[in-house]
Amino acid sequence: MEIKLLSEHYSKPEYQKFEGYKKFGGYEVLQKALKMEPKAIIEEVKASGLRGRGGAGFPTGMKWSFLPANGEPRYLLCNADEGEPGTFKDRVMMEKAPHQLIEGMIISAFAIGSKKSYIYIRGEYNDSLRIVGAAIKEAYAAGLLGKNILGSGFDHEMDVYSGAGAYICGEETGMISSLEGLKGQPKLKPPFPAVQGYLRKPTIVNNVETLAAVKYIIRDGAAAYRKNGTEKSAGTKLFSVSGNVVKPGTYEVALGLPLRDLIDKVCGGLKPGRKLKAVIPGGSSAPILTADEAMKATMDYENLAQMGSMLGSGAVIVIDDSNSMVDLLDTIMHFYKHESCGQCTPCREGTGWLSKIVHDILHGHAQVKDIDLVKKISEQMMGKTICALSDAAAMPAISFITKFRSEFEQHLNKHSHAAGAAHA
Amino acid sequence: MFILSKEAEAFVKTELTRYETKYSAIIPALFRVQKDNGWVPPEAVGQLSKVMGLPEAHINEVLYFYTMFNKQPVGKLHVQVCTNISCSMNGGRELADHLCKHYGVKYDEVSADGKVSVTKVECLGSCDTAPMMQVNDRYLEGLTPETAVKKLKELGA
Repeated sequence: MEIKLLSEHYSKPEYQKFEGYKKFGGYEVLQKALKMEPKAIIEEVKASGLRGRGGAGFPTGMKWSFLPANGEPRYLLCNADEGEPGTFKDRVMMEKAPHQLIEGMIISAFAIGSKKSYIYIRGEYNDSLRIVGAAIKEAYAAGLLGKNILGSGFDHEMDVYSGAGAYICGEETGMISSLEGLKGQPKLKPPFPAVQGYLRKPTIVNNVETLAAVKYIIRDGAAAYRKNGTEKSAGTKLFSVSGNVVKPGTYEVALGLPLRDLIDKVCGGLKPGRKLKAVIPGGSSAPILTADEAMKATMDYENLAQMGSMLGSGAVIVIDDSNSMVDLLDTIMHFYKHESCGQCTPCREGTGWLSKIVHDILHGHAQVKDIDLVKKISEQMMGKTICALSDAAAMPAISFITKFRSEFEQHLNKHSHAAGAAHA
Repeated sequence: MFILSKEAEAFVKTELTRYETKYSAIIPALFRVQKDNGWVPPEAVGQLSKVMGLPEAHINEVLYFYTMFNKQPVGKLHVQVCTNISCSMNGGRELADHLCKHYGVKYDEVSADGKVSVTKVECLGSCDTAPMMQVNDRYLEGLTPETAVKKLKELGA
């Protein structure tokens, strides 16, 4: 069931270091790529159907083609600000195989004509920062970064940058602001980063897994890459599975795998005696699936979108019948309130109100009509802000109270204090 | 009173030339102050402003935007327990409460001996090892209240 393409050598500790990585064909694909036409690499990535693995699922080759034809400098930024609750696959990739990312990045930089790249890693990931930093040094020492890489005439500098604790910096323009030494607040689009990004220069921002996958597309060709996955969701994907499964962890499978198989066959199913209640299929921003929906879902971009949810970052949180949905929503709403950057009013105020009201529902200081208020506020938060954080808070709120309405009502009936005057 | 050491000043000056804009050196500079002092005291901002040639207001903006910068003193072991979804589902909140009780502190308070402070944090990206926590810059994973206390003891709590 697992298909180990990117993760083939992750179980080998030596793969983390340059010598070990070389032993398993490391940097051979870079040699091949540097002999190709940059345009041919972009075409291959386009043909592969690779879509951004960070959350939005935007076609990578198309993103690259938005860059203006000429003009320097142009930057490549790797988004390793992995903050979507439930997601940890980028950390695994950076710590098990930093050179795989670096090789994918040099190939990508060559394709888009970028001479400078940064890997922006969330500040909490100390091990990732240390391991990737050391790997970049090794790559420089081996002549794989710097001037005239492998005699190709291509120059590329790479550096690592540490975030400092802000979920919003996973949004690409928030990340750019942060790298520029500002508060990590997103910027209004357009202009998109490909036209005006880091320091207002053309910039491509891609996720760790996306950039690592480029290596395999160039190694095997687009057609081979497409053998896994579905037509619109090509290739393999690393899923971060957590919650109430017997074997939580990072698993690489073909896109399109039934969610049921991911849970039961790959992750060992639920703990004995427990029943599935719900699944968050793509990180805490993704609308929740009921157990019935989860049994029908397949893990690809289009099927989850059809079901009204999303694949997101591939963070699958499996929820069994021991959990209270009211409690879980309270945790999620607290998170978005904490992480709103504060620049757009509907988000700053909306996430605050959602958190307060859901918290009041949890503690019985609310009335049944407050459940409707959650929905009303959420609807007013969607599509009205600079970035998607506001929607990311509203979507789970709406899905929880719609799909588990009776549980919210029962919770209030059981726990409500007196007249529930707080929001009367 | 915090005084930026000569070594820290040299570090900050190197960072100023490392990136395309010197503003990008603010985050690394603040991390350096925190590494040396445990937290970022207000007087550090003025000193950084002089060394970096950047307005204090701007450095403050960055300092107060990011949650990893401690704006008040923390314990020698700053215990940050994840209480986001997957950790909560696996006992993260109970773990955090237990540690507060064990060390006799409220959240975000430093123990009388200065050794421990406990805080709740959002997802740290180690959900498959829930519940987990970050102590200074290291991750401690797959914990129970008992193993957490034991590991903290080994670290000097």
